[in-house]
Amino acid sequence: MEPIRVHEGKVCPLNRANVDTDQIVPKQFLKRIERQGFGQFLFYHWRYDHKGNERSDFVLNNPIYKGASILVSGDNFGCGSSREHAPWALLDFGFKVIIAPSFADIFYNNCLQNGILPIVLSEEETAFLMEKAEVGSLKVRVDLPEQTVHCEAFHFTARFDIDPYRKQCLLNGWDEIALTLQLEDKIRAFEEKWKEEGENMGIA
Amino acid sequence: MEPKTIIDKIWERHVVHREPGKPDLLYIDLHLVHEVTSPQAFEGLRLSGRRVRRPDLTYATVDHNVPTRNRHVIHDEIAKKQMLTLAENCREYGIPLADIHHPDQGIVHVIGPELGLTQPGKTIVCGDSHTSTHGAFGALAFGIGTSEVEHVLATQTLWQSKPKTMQVKINGRIRPGVSAKDIILAFIARFGVKTGTGFIFEYTGEAIRNLSMEERMTVCNMSIEAGARAGMISPDQKTIEYLEGKKYVPKGETFSRAAEAWLKLKTDDGAVYDRTIEMDASTIEPQVTWGTNPSMCVPISGRVPSPDDFAKPSERKAAEKALEYMGLKPGTPIEEIAIDHVFIGSCTNSRLSDLRIAAEIVKGRKVHEKVKAIVVPGSHSVKKAAEREGLDRIFKEAGFEWREPGCSMCLAMNDDVLQPGERAASTSNRNFEGRQGAGSRTHLVSPAMAAAAAIAGHFIPVHRLNQEETITIS
Repeated sequence: MEPIRVHEGKVCPLNRANVDTDQIVPKQFLKRIERQGFGQFLFYHWRYDHKGNERSDFVLNNPIYKGASILVSGDNFGCGSSREHAPWALLDFGFKVIIAPSFADIFYNNCLQNGILPIVLSEEETAFLMEKAEVGSLKVRVDLPEQTVHCEAFHFTARFDIDPYRKQCLLNGWDEIALTLQLEDKIRAFEEKWKEEGENMGIA
Repeated sequence: MEPKTIIDKIWERHVVHREPGKPDLLYIDLHLVHEVTSPQAFEGLRLSGRRVRRPDLTYATVDHNVPTRNRHVIHDEIAKKQMLTLAENCREYGIPLADIHHPDQGIVHVIGPELGLTQPGKTIVCGDSHTSTHGAFGALAFGIGTSEVEHVLATQTLWQSKPKTMQVKINGRIRPGVSAKDIILAFIARFGVKTGTGFIFEYTGEAIRNLSMEERMTVCNMSIEAGARAGMISPDQKTIEYLEGKKYVPKGETFSRAAEAWLKLKTDDGAVYDRTIEMDASTIEPQVTWGTNPSMCVPISGRVPSPDDFAKPSERKAAEKALEYMGLKPGTPIEEIAIDHVFIGSCTNSRLSDLRIAAEIVKGRKVHEKVKAIVVPGSHSVKKAAEREGLDRIFKEAGFEWREPGCSMCLAMNDDVLQPGERAASTSNRNFEGRQGAGSRTHLVSPAMAAAAAIAGHFIPVHRLNQEETITIS
């Protein structure tokens, strides 16, 4: 995955709580066996009507937010299905950072696996960014090493938490499987120990 | 020794590697795989020249995409390719597969338990959020994304930060006519869709103890709808009885020893949870969702709420949007909502006991003329068992379609799809916008409530079906 350190970009406000992964990528697009090309399906039924015409009232279709790379949304973002197609679609569409007061656990992990930075800010901080982004073009600077979200125009700076290990993975764009395979001896020792203890392992 | 929860016991036993500043590296005992969330993971393995570390701890089936009418004709070329890709991947990496015509095929969360792959104390993962279902057996089971699927295939481990523990204590007894589905829906209605975020649930209390294994699966299945990745129930005698004799469960002396060890997994008296929440089961009524997430739910005796009933502005706005999407007016009695479709199926409610309850209600009655109703058994094994009991005949005589097993209309990836504006009473787990088809309107209910709605053409308490028929006749 692509490393992420400092990211500066335009904010798109998606003012809804409980945005579920069925909305992020509807199920009819999950049949593909590739990882790429899901951006065209992002928020499909919110972006297009039943005839396939763009809905002018949906925020992603507003020209003001064209090229936005930071999405701000409501509580419990990414709830529901575990489909990783959701972060694939967000990334493919151009989003590198998602800010919300809370995220669903599986979605949060899926973002980290794909070089998307999910940022939890307080309700007030999120509401501030949402409000400013809703009235016009808002640019913010996200600094992962410093763990801050900064907006020069409004002298706004918010700090966020992230697991130190996950932070390192994002900063370096590490292949997590390669890291784990370095612990092969430990995994084998664990399996040997269980075998000796007569643990019921294996399917048959 | 310090008393421990079952969650702590299983977690500690599975730590392969621990170091400061990192999540724990957990060993995974069982990896369930299906066609939709695995192709990119296998492709990743192939590109990096990696192997599947433990094909013997991996088990695959097709469920999300499979047609439920005619098994031999798959019109959807892309879906077909996805299923063939899984078969090729399983062949290449030596993974056991219950393919579309295999007698063990079914919804992954239905076949795991019925084959005895699911066992107490195991860590179980699958690229599917409803993996929480297997927690009913006292397994630590949770859904993962495709990158994590690849990680488990390659290493049989996962990096996981330990979630906090929450005891969900359901006190008292449920009233007759109230089901496990009503317990979990009422729980989510009361505590919300993110109450479990960052937590693993353990369900305890008299109402939970009294549930059968299949009912416990229904409860654990919907843990994710409350935000918890995993929901567990400590094993007891019912767990042992359910598992004995199942295909992949050890036999004879080994079983006795395993059973003894399984019972010891239960949470110790005096163990401390990070949080405990309680609910009284005796006041729960049959539930019906009215909105676009599972917490938007009221009892059958209730009415569609008004946005003004909600205190928080964000909730008011969400209710407004939900009512608009669902085409419902505030104040409408739930019983007056007419439906077009009934779906009995999904990993939540497609097991034999679910079908029995629904069949008992529809027996000798007819599906309402304006309703299209389908039953989709959770697995081949459930389907066969139901047919042995004659349940298929009861459903068919009433006007239901009797289908082949799969996920079907729960997520409508195959051709079991609602049309825009159509309204369904569904025994599944998600009423999200468009879940059962673009513009579709889903009301989540128990199998009993779905069966009753199929007959009446609208929601109705089961005990009132007879009265209504009398009125219609006179």
